[in-house]
Amino acid sequence: MDWITTVDHKKIAILYLWAGGLFFGIGGLEAILIRIQLIKPMNTFLDAQTFNELITMHGTTMIFLGVMPVIFALMNAVIPLQIGARDVAFPFLNSLGFWTFLFGGLLLNLSWVMGGAPDAGWTAYTPLSGKGYSASHGVDFYTIGLQIAGLGTLIGGINFLATIITMRAPGMSFMRMPMFAWATFITSAIILFAFPAVTVGLVLLTFDRILDANFFDVAGGGNPVLWQHIFWIFGHPEVYILILPAFGIISEVIPTFSRKRLFGYSSMVFATILIAFLGFMVWAHHMFTTGLGPVANALFSVSTMLIAVPTGIKIFNWLFTMWGGQVRFTTPNLFAAGFIPTFTMGGVTGVMLASAPADFQFHDTYFVVAHFHYVIVGGLVLGLFAGLHYWWPKMFGRMLSESLGKWTFWTFIIGFHLTFFVQHFLGLMGMQRRVFTYLPNQQFDTLNLVSTVGAFLMGVGMIIFLVNVFLTSRRPADAPDDPWEDGRTLEWTIPSPPPEYNFKQTPLVRGLDAFWKEKMAGHKGMTPAEPVGPIHMPSATILPFLMSVGIFIAGLGFMFSRDEFSSSIMSFLFNNYIVTALGLLITFGSMLMRSLFDDHGWHIEPEELEGR
Amino acid sequence: MMKTWQAGKRLLPMTAALGLLLAGCGREDLSVLRPQGPVAESSYGLMKLSITIMIVVLLIVFSIAAYVWIRFRRKKDQDEIPEQVEGSFKLEVLWTVIPLILVIVLAIPTVKVVFAAGNDHSDDKDAIKVKVTGHQYWWEFEYKDYGITTAQDLIIPTGKHIAFELSTKDVLHSFWVPSLAGKMDTNPDGTVNRFSFSAPNEGVYRGKCAELCGPSHGFMEFKVKAVSGDAFEKWIASMKAPESVMPEDPVLAEKFKSQCLSCHAIGSMPASPVAPSLTGIGSRESVAGILLNDDTREDGAPVLENLKTWLHDPQSVKPGNKMPNPKDRGLSDEEIDGIAEFLAGYTLD
Repeated sequence: MDWITTVDHKKIAILYLWAGGLFFGIGGLEAILIRIQLIKPMNTFLDAQTFNELITMHGTTMIFLGVMPVIFALMNAVIPLQIGARDVAFPFLNSLGFWTFLFGGLLLNLSWVMGGAPDAGWTAYTPLSGKGYSASHGVDFYTIGLQIAGLGTLIGGINFLATIITMRAPGMSFMRMPMFAWATFITSAIILFAFPAVTVGLVLLTFDRILDANFFDVAGGGNPVLWQHIFWIFGHPEVYILILPAFGIISEVIPTFSRKRLFGYSSMVFATILIAFLGFMVWAHHMFTTGLGPVANALFSVSTMLIAVPTGIKIFNWLFTMWGGQVRFTTPNLFAAGFIPTFTMGGVTGVMLASAPADFQFHDTYFVVAHFHYVIVGGLVLGLFAGLHYWWPKMFGRMLSESLGKWTFWTFIIGFHLTFFVQHFLGLMGMQRRVFTYLPNQQFDTLNLVSTVGAFLMGVGMIIFLVNVFLTSRRPADAPDDPWEDGRTLEWTIPSPPPEYNFKQTPLVRGLDAFWKEKMAGHKGMTPAEPVGPIHMPSATILPFLMSVGIFIAGLGFMFSRDEFSSSIMSFLFNNYIVTALGLLITFGSMLMRSLFDDHGWHIEPEELEGR
Repeated sequence: MMKTWQAGKRLLPMTAALGLLLAGCGREDLSVLRPQGPVAESSYGLMKLSITIMIVVLLIVFSIAAYVWIRFRRKKDQDEIPEQVEGSFKLEVLWTVIPLILVIVLAIPTVKVVFAAGNDHSDDKDAIKVKVTGHQYWWEFEYKDYGITTAQDLIIPTGKHIAFELSTKDVLHSFWVPSLAGKMDTNPDGTVNRFSFSAPNEGVYRGKCAELCGPSHGFMEFKVKAVSGDAFEKWIASMKAPESVMPEDPVLAEKFKSQCLSCHAIGSMPASPVAPSLTGIGSRESVAGILLNDDTREDGAPVLENLKTWLHDPQSVKPGNKMPNPKDRGLSDEEIDGIAEFLAGYTLD
């Protein structure tokens, strides 16, 4: 019950982590099934329909439900601590964001047991995703599930923007903010501008499918290419929503384990902003083969290539952070070290893809599959592993085992390169992506086998990580405040895990890497910016949970509103929008409760703070 | 500007070496890395240039990384605090400018080739114009100037520009012959795409659908057969010859007419919008685009055998395709075999 009603950012972080872990596991199993099917030509392990459902759900799950919540988990766990705040700006919304995300994700995955998962690819290109060619409810689960989950992401993004703008500790100017906080800030800004696009797109597609609208239907005056524009205006920035937090994590881990400040901090900030800006300008590079014509193709080619410049700045700044430092290869830093070359490889194939005439050959082949897995897995997932191992003691008060961590790293990264490096060649040799099998004697056989073996090795790495988490959870929570000993930022000045109120006294920030600065000045902790006083805390509440349950019910009701049921009661309930209305009633009723009953929260008194 | 080209020139020897290395990858009739025509050649040129630049970048990053990891590893009892360097304006400008130059080196030829690729030859009197229509899961090729329509095998004369007009009858597909040219989507009416390629050498090239279009997306293959100009004219002539082709057995002929020709077209019949034309099916490279009619190969079989495989259970060959099972339309096994024999014998010279 405590977990359902909590509004504490640290607990919500843990909820995000478990939910993300669950979906990540599902997405991973889907990936393994896909790779088993492709282990040899003309394999009959899966049929074509199931395979298409698996690739659709693998992509959708991993992007929206697997890595995003883990990113949000780390942001929630770390951001208030890093900027010296007692919580996020809107704790109630934070909880609402989590529950809408979770129920959206559950709705999407219900499709596996309720008559067919979505099968039109994670990009859901129309007309294949239209009712005419995808008749099961699969794509409805996709549109409505993602709509609800996306709500949570948007709420979370806005919350972090408000938190970072308004709740930094005294003295922490923007240019004294840790890089992970910067990355979170920019990421949240991208979410704010990109998610409304997909929201609109999903509404239009839902209307096409359930209410017979004609937005994407040629016969009715619509245009299927419109969907591609809407999708990628969201979809390309989404790539940076994923990778910028990883950049932020790497920018925290490398300085800590090099005992040096981040090289070129201000150019790092500038590069991050530039990447975010350019990220919105290049969506049509996903559509070079759609037939945009040479002018558009040339413009989008060149603007895409430009992203290499700020990204290059970041890579070299990381390398020069280590230059002259004392590099320690702890597990988090191993992942950070693995990140640099791996992500660079993903980055350079990105520049290759940006050249439109070459992309005519790369597009929709395994070359692209290799490229974006290098970026998302080799970049983001390695970054998340670095972050998880780095902040685990802060989140849970327990150090993960270093030796198991190193085993995780080596099996995972070797498996990763085995899986995806060969896929570059598969693509160039003529293998398109999203094929459920392939004819023999095209020289695809051996490379596919290698790729599948690699996927299993990655799976082993994941299992070792889970074992590590399990074993660690059974040990006493005895991590020191600053377990890595070279912590530079504010989160390392308070106990692990932090008390409910984070900071007994808000710290005074006197420079970049505030804690490091105090340490160098010979101090043990931060100088407080305020006397000890009562701390205002928000009350726990079940309303966010109820609101999400309501939306979930309304979504299901809307989706089945056109169906014929065998029982007349069911038909009556669904076809008259009674279920939809009931769900919305729960949601709006909870909102009404929230407005009518003022909750002023509670205080922790100074005596209690001192008595600890 | 001068400097840019010099940088490009310095990369040339490496480009050449890489080209040789990559050329070993894949089959000549399929691989992007073994281009067989000028359009694929120009994409390949850009690929080689970009791969060269990128390998240089990777080598630099990898060597700096390896150096710092080894050189600046924390040693035992090393405890002094390293100098906290804020950054270096010069260095940071350096790694802003160098990538910018590399991007320009790649961007100039990219833009050139983009505009060259925009040349579609649809006004070229000398070009062969082909209207390509994508269907779940087969390809229709209409030669408007000659008034003929065929399916699955695209016959083209060598050395001539083939001007394509691409569209789809149902979902999006993407028309791709890796060794001849990059892919281009087939969109529904209203957003028709045009492009062109040519094949200097005779040969059969494998074509594929590159856009997810349903369960049998992976099986939506076709062949491009480049033949000499004379052979092409001969093929056109035999396609146009008004032949009365029907199975000899009148009962079978009646069945064929009522059950097959309700969807398919044959000979001089007008092309059907729902099913592939059967004209000269016995001399095609494959049945259903994926069963190769070549019994000299391990993965091929005689055309008759392939036709029987297909007709006895179309769904097991291409899941999700629109062809009804002939058995469900009241054809017996003998009749199916009979029709297969007839179709296998229906060849063009």
